[in-house]
Amino acid sequence: MEKIYEFLNELHPEYDFISNEGVIEDGVLDSFDIISLVTMIEEEYDVIFDALDIVPENFNSVESIANVIRKNGGTI
Amino acid sequence: MKTIFRGKKISGMLGVLPQTEVKFEDEVHNYNFPEKQTLRLKKIMGYEKHRIVKETTASSDFCVFGLNYMLEKELVKKDEIGGIIVVTTTPDYLLPHVSNVIHGECGLANDVICIDTNQGCAAFLHGLMQAFMLLEHMGDKKVILFTTDTLSKKVSVKDRNSYPLIGDAAGITVVENDFHAKDIHFNMYNDGSRREALIIPAGGSRLASSEETAVLRDLENDGNLRSLDNLKMNGAEVFTFVQTEVPILIDETLHFAERSKEDIDWFLFHQPNKFMLKKLADKLEIPYEKIPMNIVENYGNPSGASIPINIVHNLGQAVVENSYQCCLSAFGSGLTWGAMTIELGGMNFCEMLVSDY
Repeated sequence: MEKIYEFLNELHPEYDFISNEGVIEDGVLDSFDIISLVTMIEEEYDVIFDALDIVPENFNSVESIANVIRKNGGTI
Repeated sequence: MKTIFRGKKISGMLGVLPQTEVKFEDEVHNYNFPEKQTLRLKKIMGYEKHRIVKETTASSDFCVFGLNYMLEKELVKKDEIGGIIVVTTTPDYLLPHVSNVIHGECGLANDVICIDTNQGCAAFLHGLMQAFMLLEHMGDKKVILFTTDTLSKKVSVKDRNSYPLIGDAAGITVVENDFHAKDIHFNMYNDGSRREALIIPAGGSRLASSEETAVLRDLENDGNLRSLDNLKMNGAEVFTFVQTEVPILIDETLHFAERSKEDIDWFLFHQPNKFMLKKLADKLEIPYEKIPMNIVENYGNPSGASIPINIVHNLGQAVVENSYQCCLSAFGSGLTWGAMTIELGGMNFCEMLVSDY
């Protein structure tokens, strides 16, 4: 989970992901942030995301991001 | 529509580029985002440099430049041309038609058929379909297909989602009858209910361009400044559309052609960006070596000219000297998505030109 927070902070240092308990409000991550995040995760966890999992609802909380990593074969 | 075109071939191809090449790094300051965040997209999306026309350039300029080159080099002769088809989203005028501008500028015969159609990134597949149908009535005359776009004029320079990937270019393709040509299997779909995923809201008969429509605003609240005269792309919707529809389309087209993925030497697709193509290749289980992904990083996404630029850049002289089994696919505004299997080879020429536009 720490790595996910690290990646999110790198993308949006101005947003306090920890205080928001991992909930990512609408509009914080745009589609290009999601693509950047997917690329970071794929390199870190050695997974390849199914393209159809790259949808905003899988990136609206740290928990949902962890779930989609697990779904695509990553260990977290 | 699913059909087989028989006895038709592509016998020559030109890519025509603008002179001006702009580096992604030099435009990063235009965008309303932290530079580091924007630069991260360079590797992921394939943003490196793109070709942009001068302000005075119109879409027909590329076509006239290319056709005059072909006529001067005798790659095609005027009396061999039976029809010209132009597919573009950026015509010079509402009237006259781009095909008639080319016809007049190049001094073609009065019995040459001129056709313009409006189609976005699926332009090449759409144009080939029309060219093949027109050839049924052309005998030994040739059809010249022009896919040309100057979309940089319709995208806001302050739109980080679209401007870095835009590239202006034209593809000029000579198509003719040949009884010995292998069958071409063609497959195309449309879904007009999703038409607003890619839209230029103003400038047509629905909403005329005005001072009001030219004002730059953060309309989507996403940090990108666009006017209603600019192209607006719903990136997430287009991504999901491509990843959902195109793999099914390719499998279906190959099945229709009774081919396997292993039978295909080259998958020559429209190239919106590197990330999308990699994900498509993964989904289709096609090796990256068989699906070139290098057009956006070299020229930008040339919209309707994307596949000809892809063929000229990646195959070039090889399709003059050899023959390859190819699967072409294009997808974009409409929404429209199509694919075809075709043998490319034995062309008379396949060259890239840099124009002074």
